[in-house]
Amino acid sequence: MAIATVPGAGIDVGSQAPAPVDPRRARRNRRLKDNLTGYAFLIGAVICFAFFSWYPMIRGVVMSFQRTRAGETTWVGWDNYERIINDPSFWTAWQNTLYFTVLALVLGYAVPFFLAVLLNEFRHAKGYLRILIYLPVMLPPASALFLFKYLAYDPSDAGLFNSILKGLGLPTSQWMQSTDMTMPAMVIASTWMNMGGAVLIYLAALQNIPGELYEAAELDGAGLWRRITNVTIPQTRLILSLMAMLQVVATMQLFIEPLILANGAGSEDSATSVVYLIYQHGFFQNDLNGAAALGVIMLVALIGFSAVYARLNAKQD
Amino acid sequence: MAQQSETRSLVSFAQLQRGRGKVIYWTLLTVVVILFTLVFIGPLYWMITGALKSSPELAQTPPTLWPADPQPENYSDAWNRLDLAKLLFNTFYYAVGALVFQLVLDTAAAYALSKLRPKLGNLILGMMLATLMIPAMVLIIPQYVTVIDLPILHISLIDSPFSIWLPAVANAFNIFLLKRFFDSIPEDLMSAARMDGAGSMRTLWSIVLPISRPILGVVSIFAVTAVWKDFLWPKLVMPSPETRTISVGIYAFSGGTPQNVVVAAAVIAAIPTIVFFLIFQRSIMSGLTAGGLKE
Repeated sequence: MAIATVPGAGIDVGSQAPAPVDPRRARRNRRLKDNLTGYAFLIGAVICFAFFSWYPMIRGVVMSFQRTRAGETTWVGWDNYERIINDPSFWTAWQNTLYFTVLALVLGYAVPFFLAVLLNEFRHAKGYLRILIYLPVMLPPASALFLFKYLAYDPSDAGLFNSILKGLGLPTSQWMQSTDMTMPAMVIASTWMNMGGAVLIYLAALQNIPGELYEAAELDGAGLWRRITNVTIPQTRLILSLMAMLQVVATMQLFIEPLILANGAGSEDSATSVVYLIYQHGFFQNDLNGAAALGVIMLVALIGFSAVYARLNAKQD
Repeated sequence: MAQQSETRSLVSFAQLQRGRGKVIYWTLLTVVVILFTLVFIGPLYWMITGALKSSPELAQTPPTLWPADPQPENYSDAWNRLDLAKLLFNTFYYAVGALVFQLVLDTAAAYALSKLRPKLGNLILGMMLATLMIPAMVLIIPQYVTVIDLPILHISLIDSPFSIWLPAVANAFNIFLLKRFFDSIPEDLMSAARMDGAGSMRTLWSIVLPISRPILGVVSIFAVTAVWKDFLWPKLVMPSPETRTISVGIYAFSGGTPQNVVVAAAVIAAIPTIVFFLIFQRSIMSGLTAGGLKE
């Protein structure tokens, strides 16, 4: 650690007398030493990445082409993929997941932005509102989901939502027990749980918009709506498009909502998601290779989506 | 992120202080405050009081706003039957361990990448950042298989806290945050320390870390909440009842346990995170925006 072995280092700064060796070699030694210190600091994290990120990535792809039976691993080509795709739940799971993603985009994307724009106008109670909206994000998802499952989505009139609907004179719903409502109900719960983070990130972006832009727009006679479309949205475009992307990737990983709210697959497979299917194959059907193949399919789909998205985004500029 | 208000936003401040604007502003504010309280506190209230109700009362229509016959024993029941003390302790232990490992190893790595810059540093950084593109759930199977039988070492980390602590270190986002913060520390300061004869370790300890307190706070909060909120990973790698986390424990017990007891357990599980949030909310808010995705 301490290289303070150079005599008088602290005093005579200018002439850190190099040892009477070849200066080129000294420099090289020093560079080597710096490099070694650097690697020493990096090693812990690199080992963790190697074991738990980089290696599993490769392993996942390899596993998806193998089959392990009675301790014997053989190369089986595309077999696992075929089996996975021919599983009747495969397309249902994709359909459900995409439906969830689209619904979550409509609800979970527009609402937080709207709320952030609104909150940004308030001069009072700002801190309070920010804390409220972030509170659910801090709950353990299992806690929040049992709240929804047992208290809010109770299909009888004793449930929170049904008693509100009844109070408003609206028809009540069977919620998780009705195949049509499964997805919307999961989106509502998931949006409630997760929206706080997005709102705060939008708020930060909104606060960075220079006030003069609004001033100028107003002088030009732009009304409220025009100011939103011509100043607010363009000024936050970067963050808006990044969040859209992140949200799609996040919602595609739908898992804990079906597991807890719908006991997994839901009635008539209405809640099965792709990740739930991975879990099913891996841990109930004892088909880790098939599950790995499903993971690879999902990865390819997400990479494809990201590439198309980046391309479209670049074109807009 | 402080109130740098008074730079105007969508609607000018002056407009909100006069006549019609003032009326609209206060009406809207009141409506939003009430609505937010109902939407975000309401369910929590429902959960806390719901857990106090007896099973017949929970199923009664219309539901009661306040438990007619409060049953605090639901909470003690949940506490004892689910062994919540043990589950809470486990979760706490994993969270703190993950925090320590991340603070030590990720800070060291970020420091090396930002200040020591070893030869292949940029390549390593690139490989770390590449993992950000890959959603966690996609890797869950190969990660699990790796943890069962660690390559080279051939040990199993199942039911060992290391299976939560070590993967937590492989967090490219935190390393990126830390590195970016370290990048902003002026080079002059570093070379001054070096000239005074301070080694890399000492520079990190006495110069870099004290300046970086805010970002270390942010990373700490992310580290702790990530472990506390995680579900599938701890469910897979901590299968024994003795090593479970609280979320997994509640889920495992929910099958044969009365609803009000499960809800009581869910309330108890939520208390630590809510208290943690209320204490650190200022840092969490600024962390989200500083650590956030601003250019």
